[in-house]
Amino acid sequence: MSYGEKIDIIDIDYTWSLKNYIRAFDGVYIVTIFKSIMISAITTIVCLLIAIPVAFYISFSSIRMKSILLVSIMLPLWTNLLIRTYSLIAIIRTKGHINSSLEYLWESTNNLLNFFNLANYEIMGESFIPLNLMHNNYSIILGLFYIYVPFMIIPIYLVLEKFDRNLLEASYDLGANHIKTFFKVIIPNISPGITSGIILVFIPCLGSFIIPDLLGGADSQMIGNIIERQFKSANDWPFGSALSFILIYITLVIISVRHVYSKLYSKLHLRGNL
Amino acid sequence: MKKSLFYSPIDYARNKYLKYITIIFLITLYLPILNLIIFSFNDSKRNILWRGFTTKYYNKVFENDVLFSAFLNSLTIATISTIISTILGLTTAITLWKFNFYLKKYYDIALLFPIIIPEICMGISMLVFFNFIHWPNFEIWPLTLSNIIIAHVSFTFPFIAIIIRSRLTILNNDTLEAGLDLGANNIQIIRLIILPFVKPAITASFLLAFTLSLDDFVITFFTSGPNSITLPVKIYSMVRFGITPEINAVSTLLILILIFCTFFLIRYLSKNNKEV
Repeated sequence: MSYGEKIDIIDIDYTWSLKNYIRAFDGVYIVTIFKSIMISAITTIVCLLIAIPVAFYISFSSIRMKSILLVSIMLPLWTNLLIRTYSLIAIIRTKGHINSSLEYLWESTNNLLNFFNLANYEIMGESFIPLNLMHNNYSIILGLFYIYVPFMIIPIYLVLEKFDRNLLEASYDLGANHIKTFFKVIIPNISPGITSGIILVFIPCLGSFIIPDLLGGADSQMIGNIIERQFKSANDWPFGSALSFILIYITLVIISVRHVYSKLYSKLHLRGNL
Repeated sequence: MKKSLFYSPIDYARNKYLKYITIIFLITLYLPILNLIIFSFNDSKRNILWRGFTTKYYNKVFENDVLFSAFLNSLTIATISTIISTILGLTTAITLWKFNFYLKKYYDIALLFPIIIPEICMGISMLVFFNFIHWPNFEIWPLTLSNIIIAHVSFTFPFIAIIIRSRLTILNNDTLEAGLDLGANNIQIIRLIILPFVKPAITASFLLAFTLSLDDFVITFFTSGPNSITLPVKIYSMVRFGITPEINAVSTLLILILIFCTFFLIRYLSKNNKEV
């Protein structure tokens, strides 16, 4: 269908034209595709930064604690994506809990200042300005992070479980400090987990449309939103299909890169060069 | 970890920075959900401040016909699609495990495809597909859900096939040969050897597919029509209109159902592991 052309409101002609693909690569759309990739990449990096310490802590804790922590990380995965996004809205919206607690803090500080007759100096500003946490790109990143971070923790944890801890001891024994050990010993050893975590986070992020739709603002569209709009309101199915095919191509490219990488990795491992 | 008097540098469980990061992380992971559950009992229309305990929004949910029918639709879809996809997944798994055929390798990859590609692509491909083959719009109730059921079967059965297949790989071939030796025919082998062996995997994957189907929003969103609204789709339209405690109440109920399913699954799996 992505090669077809829209000829009527409901009719679609299959003409094998490439017009929709060309259209996807100009102006607004290529910017959006690039932006989606950027947002997903930032989310993936943030997930990685949080997931590594958490996975570390889980894999090194006692067996009982381990199962509790693992279940508590898995449990949000079983709750609906929509519900979790909605629950995040309640926290970060303009009149949400973060802003109301900040307002409370502001008022109590102001009262304290009043008590010391300092209110006239307006140290805290004239009135409380709520933070604008919703409807921007940061809120999308926060939402995506909140939804997809378990997908990053679990693969890293699984690799860490198999990781030979004597290597750590050897590294410290040979005089490396924590940071050096982390970069020279741990990172190369858990890199299969990291790559699968990146794939598990990056691909759903790229295709997500609920989170940008609910948390994002007017100018924070992602490719998923545009595809959805082509099918639901703009009613341009061929163009929507072309866009989603581009999305599938990006996914396949990422997966094949990972495949090549893992082959390279196992080769290196066999040679003992790692 | 061995307990020692010395604080070993590789004992990361005692590293306080890691501990704080994990604790803060878990709080951020659970705070919104807990907040959602607590505020479903809040006696306030705008749901910003706590104004006392009430269960009236639950009553409202149970009285709401649209929500109830959406919930019924969700359950029907999940049940039927899971039954169909379990049968399909089981047969696929046995076929892939037992037989070698032309292009089998590519069939394997094709099986993974619905899991790998972004959900939205899956959803719109379903929409385009039903439009392309001119799938009729049924008027009678269970048939109105037919296209959603087909879509759900197509995305849940690879999960089932993969789980059952991984269980089948540890089935010893000698058992099958012994069965053949004792004069069992193919049907008897499937009924008496293979099915009992994969039963735990079937149960686990059944529950997994059930929760996946009950939970799914994106694919349903694209395939559902005005007559076939499921609970997540209904929640989505409610969220778009604004934030009310009613959504909190529905969400809490859905969370409870899913947690119940998960709990059941984990209990079942751990019991089974002990038996083995």
